[in-house]
Formats: sequence, C-alpha cells, structure tokens
Amino acid sequence: MALAGLDKKPSILPGATAVVLATAFLIVLLRVENQKAVITLLAFGMVAVVATNWLGYFTPVARSFSAREDALGPFTVVAALVVAAVFHEDHFVLLMLCTVVLYTVATLGLNIQFGYAGVLNFAGASFFGIGAYTAAVLNQHTAVPHLLVLLTGGAMAAMIGSLLLLPVLRTRGHYAAVVTIAFALLLKTFLEVNDILGGPQGLQVRGMNIFGWSFNNNIEFAGIQLSFYVSYFLLSLMILIVAFLLVRRVERSWIGLNLDALRLDETAASCFGLNIVRWKVTAFLLGNFLIGTAGALFGMVGGFVQPNNYTFADSLILVSILLLGGIGNPWGVVLATVLVVIVPEKLQVIQEYRFMLYAALVMIVLLFRPEGLLPRPVRRYFSEWRS
Amino acid sequence: MTTKPLRHDAVLSAKGLTRRFGGVVAVDQLDLHVAHGEILGLIGPNGSGKTTFFNVITGLYAANAGTVSFDGSDITYASPQEIYHAGISRTFQRSRLSLPLSIFDNIMIGNHKRLTQRLWFNLMNRRAFKAEFEASYAEAQSLVAVFNPPLAQRMMEPVTGLSMIDRRRIEICRALISRPKLLLLDEPSAGMTHEETAHLMKDILDVRTRIEGLTIVIVEHEMGVIERITDRCVVLNFGRKISAGTFAEIARDRQVQEAYLGLQ
Repeated sequence: MALAGLDKKPSILPGATAVVLATAFLIVLLRVENQKAVITLLAFGMVAVVATNWLGYFTPVARSFSAREDALGPFTVVAALVVAAVFHEDHFVLLMLCTVVLYTVATLGLNIQFGYAGVLNFAGASFFGIGAYTAAVLNQHTAVPHLLVLLTGGAMAAMIGSLLLLPVLRTRGHYAAVVTIAFALLLKTFLEVNDILGGPQGLQVRGMNIFGWSFNNNIEFAGIQLSFYVSYFLLSLMILIVAFLLVRRVERSWIGLNLDALRLDETAASCFGLNIVRWKVTAFLLGNFLIGTAGALFGMVGGFVQPNNYTFADSLILVSILLLGGIGNPWGVVLATVLVVIVPEKLQVIQEYRFMLYAALVMIVLLFRPEGLLPRPVRRYFSEWRS
Repeated sequence: MTTKPLRHDAVLSAKGLTRRFGGVVAVDQLDLHVAHGEILGLIGPNGSGKTTFFNVITGLYAANAGTVSFDGSDITYASPQEIYHAGISRTFQRSRLSLPLSIFDNIMIGNHKRLTQRLWFNLMNRRAFKAEFEASYAEAQSLVAVFNPPLAQRMMEPVTGLSMIDRRRIEICRALISRPKLLLLDEPSAGMTHEETAHLMKDILDVRTRIEGLTIVIVEHEMGVIERITDRCVVLNFGRKISAGTFAEIARDRQVQEAYLGLQ
C-alpha cells in the first residue's frame, strides 16, 4: 500500500467519539427552549466544528467512517435510539425526529438519482406527496395492510415518475430538470382543483395500524408513558436503515459504477456498452420508490395531507440537503437533514427567514466546501476489503 | 503499393464511407480495410478526417453513405453499445477518463460486457458479487502491471492524481480489459514527451503479444511512432485516402509529402 499502517484496521474510536459528541450536543439543543441559549449553543457548535476541522481532527473521523461502517452504522442507530429515549414523552421533539428520519430517506432517494446517475429531480417533494396522498386514500377507502400501503406509496411515486421520465430521457443535461420543475407545479395545481383528493384543504390520513396495534395511541411500557410518536419513530428508523443499506449496495456494486460512468461521461459510457436509458430509468425508479415510501409514512405521522405541504419550495429543500451534506455520500445526507430540519425549528426567531438561512448556508458551503460537508470518498466495494 | 491481404482476412472494412457536416465532407468515399492481427497507422494533417472515421466506426456519428463491416457483419448503423459488444473498443483523443473514480473503477467501465449486470446479483447476492469483484480486480491489476508495475499497487486511488502518461495507460487498459478484437487508439501520444511516448509504444507492443489476434488502428502525428510500430499506413487528406502502404512507401509518396509539407 502507498500509505504505511493501512494494513491495520482503522480504529472506530474517532468515528464513535464524533457520534457521541454530536448526540450529546443534539440532546442539549433539543432540550433548550430559551432563544438566547439556543443561539449561544449553535454558535458554540459552529465554532467547535470549525476548530475541529482546523486542527485536522475530521480526517481520522472520515477515515473510520469509511473503513468501519460495519461497526459505526449500528453505533449511530443506538445513538438515535438514545435521543428518542431521552425525549420519550415529548410529542414535538419526536415528531421532529420522525421528520428528520423520513426526509433522510427521501433525500437518499434523490441521492441515487442525482448523486449517482446525475438525473436532477426538482419534484422530490411532489413524489413525497404522491406517497402521502396514496396513504390517505388507501387508509380511508381500503383495507390494505398498512405496511403494504407504504410500499404502494413508493410504487405509485415510481410509476408516476416513470411517466414523467419518458420525455426527460430524450433530453440531455438540464432540460430534464426543467421538466421536473414543470411537473412539480402541475401536480400542486392538480391537487388543488381535484375535489376527490380534498382540493386545497387536503385529506385526513388514518394512522398506522399493524396487526391491530394502533400507532396513534400513547404507549405505557413498564409503568413509563411513551408518546405515540415513539412507534412512528422506530418504524421510520427501520425504513431508514433498509434505505441506507440499499443505497450502499447500489453504490458498492457494478450498478453504482454504471451510474457514475453515465453521469460523468455519457459518450464514453456508450462506447463501453452502457445502456444509458436503462440505467437512468433504474436510478430514477429506485430513488422515487424511496421518496414515495417515506412520503406515505410521513402522511400517516402527520395525519394530514394538503397540496401546500408539497410545493416546489419543499423540493428545493430536499435538493439543498443533498448539496449541503455531500452529493453521493449517505452519511452526509444524514448529517445535513439533521441540520436543515432541526436548526430552523429551534431558532423560532428566524422562522420567517428560513429560506434565507438555507440560501446563505448552501451558498457558503458551495463556496468553501463545494463537495459538501462530508465529501463522497472513492468507492470501496466492501468496507473490510483491502488490496 | 504493397500486396493487399486477402479480402476474407480483413477484420474491418469500409466501403465508400462518407460523413458530411453541413458542406464539409469530413470522410469522403473512403475505402479502407484492416487485416487481422496488424497494426494499421492512420495518418494525415489536422482535419483530414481521422477522428471522424473513428467516430463513424464506433457508432457515435451515423454514416451518410457507404458501409462498414466488422468480423463478417455489417455494423454501418449499429449503436456504440452494439459495436462495443461486437468487439471494438477505443481510446479518445482528449482523455475521457472519469477523474473522481478510482483506477479500478475506470478500467471496470471498459469491462461492462463481462460483468454481471442483473439487479438481484448486484444488490442481494454479495457473496457471488465478491467473487466476481475479486477476479476482476486481479485481472485489472495484472493488465495495469504490464504498463507500469507500481501503478498496479494503487488501483483504488482516484485517477485525478495521476500523470498524463499514467492516465493514458489507464485509458488503454480500459479499452483492453474486455479483450476486444479491434483496438482503436486516437492519438495516444498527445500531450506527452518523446520519452513517455516511446515508453507507451513499447507497452502497446508488449500488450499485443499477450492478447492473441488483437488488431490495432492507431491515429498518430508522431512519425517516429508510426514508423516504429505500424505494419501498414493509410494517409488521409480532406477525408480522402491519398496513399497506403508501409511507412517507407508512403514517406516516398509525392502526394503525402505535398499534404504534409505543402510542396507544389
């Protein structure tokens, strides 16, 4: 090997330390209500991150995450469970955590489409909404088991996405992006004027119910009161784990290589036998399936769907999460979603300026870290494999 | 003129091949055949249609007239994908490697037809995938080692950090890994020094002895390279074939001298 000491497995310690510190910080941040304290805390966090970066401590963290994902993945899941346990009674915080988790799943879908295949999708929120509306309609009018409803939400988003894809595939470059923008506007108008789907008022979504266990009742477990959102959080987390593993497998296979090849140079890829249309469609459908599945569960979590929740602006938020986190890196997506969902919620003062904050944040990141907070490392096909 | 190899011996033959861009005839009624196992040099001044010829052969440009047959079948209107599957692979004049990807990844892009592409295999059957991955890795590594042994120890590094000559080597490895019958090299010496070029040409000759029956067409401006490695040359000017034969023969050809030196 070019670098000495690489024969030894990198330690999980730097990565684990980073997760523990971030979790502790998150718990404190979620606990604090006083606006001055929140601002102080966020300022402290930013200084800490910049200082850590300046001292070069992020390199070992990145290395341990890329080489020891097998251990650090489960460790991060445990950290998420700890956060949920701390706030087991707090509806508001748990709803926020569910939002983080399901937005992460949706952005992982975008990551397959844009991060790997290079197909821009500016209608992410629309497909998320299609999942939610599917859940609303199916839960209201049919007896389809609710876990199956989630998959149907994903399938609907993939199916409607494939109709959209037909004109997109004939174009190269940014024409595709324009088509998705048009679709986002079209869908919102369609939902607003469609009385069967509730028009501008939207529809109520019945809560999750698996084998007679209703997710919308609070839980009492060994004498402890748990918010009903705990069940939603656990289910969301399970979906996230599956989505994360799926995205990883896509990346660490010939499929991921095909997607990279066609994103980076379609002409060269064609000259080496790659069927451009087949792989673009595969990436788009797979991504939309994740987005729709997350949307279906999000509809049930919120209990309500309406056209205004799934606008073009929301699609931009999903894209900005991807840019912020690091295109192509699922860990970056996780980190960026936490930031983008939680920080504005905690900073009540800036509510109206949310979009300004996004804009500023994304511009700063693109200026100083064009590859995002956690740039994507070179592909390794097996986390433990070395040459 | 040299004695032409027998017709049935031709791996690739073009007849009356024409490609126009508006009023410009980039390739003009070109008749050309490439014999099995030879290294054919395709030379001519800038803009004489060499790269256009490659692009028509590999399906990137459609021919306006004429036919191309490869290995006994007509490929005039085949797609780039079909042509790759038939056994033609190429390098590009301006390097077209995927820079953020590793050396291994870039070579595997060229190995597309020999890798299992089914979704289930890739996503769910990791044991079988790993076996295929390891076999491909060993093969790619030994191919790179022919060109540059130290480079073969850096297979998982991104291509961005490599020198021009190493990038060119990786591009040639990417074209060779699928064991093509015909390799098209588009100006492999572009942007390299004389020593680097000499080295690369020796590597190409080395690798040819390892791949049985490999035929090569090379576009090149360095006459030293052409003289040393080609069996036969075809000279183009304004899209037309003006001369053909061994290097010594074409170098004596008055038309060739005029095209290159502008002699009246």
